[in-house]
Amino acid sequence: MIGLMILAVVLAVLPLLLILATLIIKGAGSLSLAFFTRMPVPAGETGGGVLHAIVGTLTIVGLASFIGLPVGISAGIYCAEYPGARLAKATRFLADVMNGTPSIVVGVFAWTLIVARQKHFSAVAGACALAMLMIPMVMRTTEELIKLVPHSLREAALALGYPRWRTSLSIIVRTAFPGIVTGSLLAVARVAGETAPLLFTALGSQYLSFDVTAPMAALPLTVYTYAIGPYEEWHQYAWATALVLILVVLVLSVAARLATRRRFSPHG
Amino acid sequence: MAETVPRLATDRLTAMYGKFTAVKDVTVSFAPNTVNALIGPSGCGKSTFLRTLNRMHELSEGGWMTGRVLLDGEDVYASRVSPMQLRRRIGMVFQKPTPFPTMSIYDNVAAGLRLNGRLPPGELDAVVERSLRQAALWEEVKDRLRGSAVALSGGQQQRLCLARTVAPKPEVILLDEPTASLDPSGTQRIEELVFELKRDFTIVIVTHNMQQAARVSDTTSFFYLGAMVESGPTRQIFTAPTQEQTEAYITGRFG
Repeated sequence: MIGLMILAVVLAVLPLLLILATLIIKGAGSLSLAFFTRMPVPAGETGGGVLHAIVGTLTIVGLASFIGLPVGISAGIYCAEYPGARLAKATRFLADVMNGTPSIVVGVFAWTLIVARQKHFSAVAGACALAMLMIPMVMRTTEELIKLVPHSLREAALALGYPRWRTSLSIIVRTAFPGIVTGSLLAVARVAGETAPLLFTALGSQYLSFDVTAPMAALPLTVYTYAIGPYEEWHQYAWATALVLILVVLVLSVAARLATRRRFSPHG
Repeated sequence: MAETVPRLATDRLTAMYGKFTAVKDVTVSFAPNTVNALIGPSGCGKSTFLRTLNRMHELSEGGWMTGRVLLDGEDVYASRVSPMQLRRRIGMVFQKPTPFPTMSIYDNVAAGLRLNGRLPPGELDAVVERSLRQAALWEEVKDRLRGSAVALSGGQQQRLCLARTVAPKPEVILLDEPTASLDPSGTQRIEELVFELKRDFTIVIVTHNMQQAARVSDTTSFFYLGAMVESGPTRQIFTAPTQEQTEAYITGRFG
C-alpha cells in the first residue's frame, strides 16, 4: 500500500520535474542578463531579450488581478456568509460552470465584448479576459477557506458584541486570510500562463509598451510566436521565454507570501 | 432571594428551533453576585436557555422565542435594545476555548474593549492587566502579551477567553460548560475563578458535572426535556429536592 502511494506521488511529480528539467536544459543556455533587460532584435541578429513581454505580462496580469481579485474575494465572502441565499446558490453554480469553461471561449467572449466594439486589440481587453478566468477560481477558494474557519470563532465574536459585518471581516476573513492569499496566488499564476485568451485580445507586440489601450506583448504570446517561427534560435528563445515565465510566477508567489506571512503560526 | 432585585430574570420564556420547542415556559431569576448552575441531561434545553439570555439563540438557524428576559428589570428583547450592546453587558464563555487565532494575547483581551471606540493606550494596558489578573492568567503571560494566543494550553486559552469576557465589564457572565474540554487541574482553576468572579459579576453556568454545580453555585436549576423542573438554593436541590425527577437525576438514576 505504501509502495503504491509512493509510486503515485512519483507519477504525479515526475512530469513536473521533467518539464522543469527540459526548460532548464533547452532554455537556460539562452538566458543572460540581456535576455531580461533588452528588447527583441530582428531575426538573424543575436543578443535580444524579452523585456517587452515581461513588462507586458506584469501589466496585463496586474490589471487582471486588480479587477479580478476584489470581485472574486468579495463574491466568495458573500457566498460563505449567506450560503443559503438564492443569489449565492446561483453565483456558486455559475462559478462552477465558468471554472469548467475553456479559456479560449473566454478569449472569444472578451474579443466580442471589447475588441470588436473598439475595433482594435488592447491590453485592457486581455486583462478583462484574464480577470473573467480569475473571478470564479478566486471566489470558490475564498468561499471554501472561509467555511473552514470554526463556527465557534464566529459565535465568540458575536457574543462579545461584535456586529455581524465586523465579525465577518475582522475575525472570519482575517483568520482565513493566509489561505485566501495562497488561493489568489494560484489564480494569478494560472492566468499568467494563459495564452488563448490573449491571442484575441492583447494580441502581442514587438515593442515595449505601457499603453494599456494598445496591443501589448506577453510572455505566453512570445513563447507561442517564437515556437512557431521558422528560425532555430527563435526556438531557443521560446524555451528561454517559457523559463522566464515560470521564474516570474515564482518570484510573484514568493514575494506575496513574504508580504502576507502569518504573524502567528497555528501552533505557536 | 426574594428581598433582592434580580439581576437577570426570565418570564415564561419559550425557545424554539422552527417548530421544535427546546425550552418550555421557564420563569426563573438570578440575584446579583451569585453563581447559578443549570444542570440536566444532554439535550434538555439548558444551553439553549442560556443562549436566549444574551440573544445568541436568535442567530441559530430557525431560532425564535416568546416570553421575556429581564436585565435589571428591563426587557432585553424590547425593540430599542441593540443585541450588540446587550452582549457587551452579558458576556459569554463557550465549551471549547475560542481565542482569536490572528490576534496576540493582548489583542484578544482588548478585542471587546476596542468595540466601544479607542481608549488611551495607558488605560487599555491597565484594563488588559486587570482582566488577565481577574482570570488568574497574568503571571503566566505577562512576558509574552504580544505572543500568539493559540500557543497557550487549553486551560490557559479558556482563562484567556474569560479575561476577554470580563474586560468590557459586563454585568452578567454566561458560562456554557466552560470546563468540558479541560483536564482536572484546568477545571479546578476555572472553578476557583468562578468563585472569585462572583464578587464583581452575576454568573450563570451550564454544567454536566453535578459535583461542579454543588461546588461552585449558590442556586441550581434542574432542566429536563426543555422544562425547568426545579430551581432553588444549591444545598436544598442536592439534599432535599422536592421533585422526584430531580432526585432521580442527582442520585444518578438517569441522565
